[in-house]
Amino acid sequence: MTHPDFLWRNPDPRPTYDVVIVGGGGHGLATAYYLAKNHGITNVAVLEKGWLAGGNMARNTTIIRSNYLWDESAAIYEHSLKLWEGLGEELDYDLQFSQRGVLNLAHNLGDVREGRRRVNANRLNGVDAEWLDADEVKKFCPVINVSERARYPVMGATLQRRGGIAKHDHVAWALARKADAYGIDLIQGCEVTGFEITGNRAVAVHTSRGRIAAGKIALASAGHTSVLAAEAGIRLPLQSHPLQALVSELLEPVLDCVVMSNAVHVYVSQAHKGELVMGAGIDSYNSYGQRGAFHVIEAQMAAALELFPIFSQVRVLRTWAGIVDVSPDASPIIGRTPVDGLFVNAGWGTGGFKATPGSGWVYAHTIAHGEPHALAEPFALERFTTGALIDEHGAAAVAVAH
Amino acid sequence: MLLIDCPHCGPRDENEFHYGGQAGIAYPETPATATDAEWAEYVFLRDNPKGWFDERWFHVHGCRTWFTLRRHTVTHEFWKAP
Repeated sequence: MTHPDFLWRNPDPRPTYDVVIVGGGGHGLATAYYLAKNHGITNVAVLEKGWLAGGNMARNTTIIRSNYLWDESAAIYEHSLKLWEGLGEELDYDLQFSQRGVLNLAHNLGDVREGRRRVNANRLNGVDAEWLDADEVKKFCPVINVSERARYPVMGATLQRRGGIAKHDHVAWALARKADAYGIDLIQGCEVTGFEITGNRAVAVHTSRGRIAAGKIALASAGHTSVLAAEAGIRLPLQSHPLQALVSELLEPVLDCVVMSNAVHVYVSQAHKGELVMGAGIDSYNSYGQRGAFHVIEAQMAAALELFPIFSQVRVLRTWAGIVDVSPDASPIIGRTPVDGLFVNAGWGTGGFKATPGSGWVYAHTIAHGEPHALAEPFALERFTTGALIDEHGAAAVAVAH
Repeated sequence: MLLIDCPHCGPRDENEFHYGGQAGIAYPETPATATDAEWAEYVFLRDNPKGWFDERWFHVHGCRTWFTLRRHTVTHEFWKAP
């Protein structure tokens, strides 16, 4: 199979668009794609300050699952998972979407109770979930250490068989190609530096490539959302942190599922190419520096080695960090802002990749109609004033404040 | 890893410290009459600048002092008084 030289045009910005999306990552591209596909809105620009999908989309550990505790989260993540199940065919691109099963380990009685509760909650919400005891974990994932002598023994796990991984680059390229085919302008090297607000309505963005007028402006800027929102005079309940990950050298197939552990803060899968992909918890301090501290990697490796003694001789190939925007309840913020015509989709913290299609779907609807999609409504900014939080610190795995 | 200058113990490794977020967050002066919006601001809203940031640190594995430092959120350097 020969690969085409270019999957999308590389246009210069036009002076005006119906919708300008700020951020050419997974969520921005998915939003553009669904604006065109579901709502027939194609006079759209996606503005990306660097290159397409070069931020967190290029840095993540690609785990996909929908086993969240609360109804609102289960609904939006399950919607996303169902979209994933048809997305490769729909986009006519091999996304290497592999439903290999995701284990969330329990290491103490509290974890066990929480895990069983989550399995029950998931099933009530139509999300596939099973509880495995330690022996069943060992059968499902033979390389895992279930010794009772471990510092954090494996006492069981939740299993979502429909969960898995996908190839992040392919997802971005496939969405970009389709959005481009709809006539949407994907504009790289175009940094938004400010907003033009008339009355209380955002009417244009100022960029490194000039002024661009827009009927509606939609932020999809992950870790940099606070910086952009501040330019529009909006303060959001977000804090930006480094989230580190690493890959090992290439190995023969050895781990055929995804293993996550909240308690020891590590999640591991083996990519199709052969490298082990591992993620850590966030670094504690606020940062936009796209790097973290080595002691976080050290703790992550220690946790991984206890779970998988077989990996003790494996060498680390490379480590990196992305900047994730964490909200107070570890749930996203999707919807309108106090400025008319300006929309926000942020706060996905450490788990935005799995939501890529679902997030784009509900955000596109919200932008097109000016009203939140039913699945997005509970995630509106107002919840921090009303108190109707969606506390997913348990299920979000790593966006946990200590 | 950050080298954090504890006012009592001097420069120590980052992993001796606990992060406390933005400095200078005051409890509402009249909590009985604070509105929901004011409570939301106090509980949930924090600055998140790309640049210099005044923040709290707790030397949890040392002298257990809370103190404030100014740090740059891109370069991670700490402010030194000129």
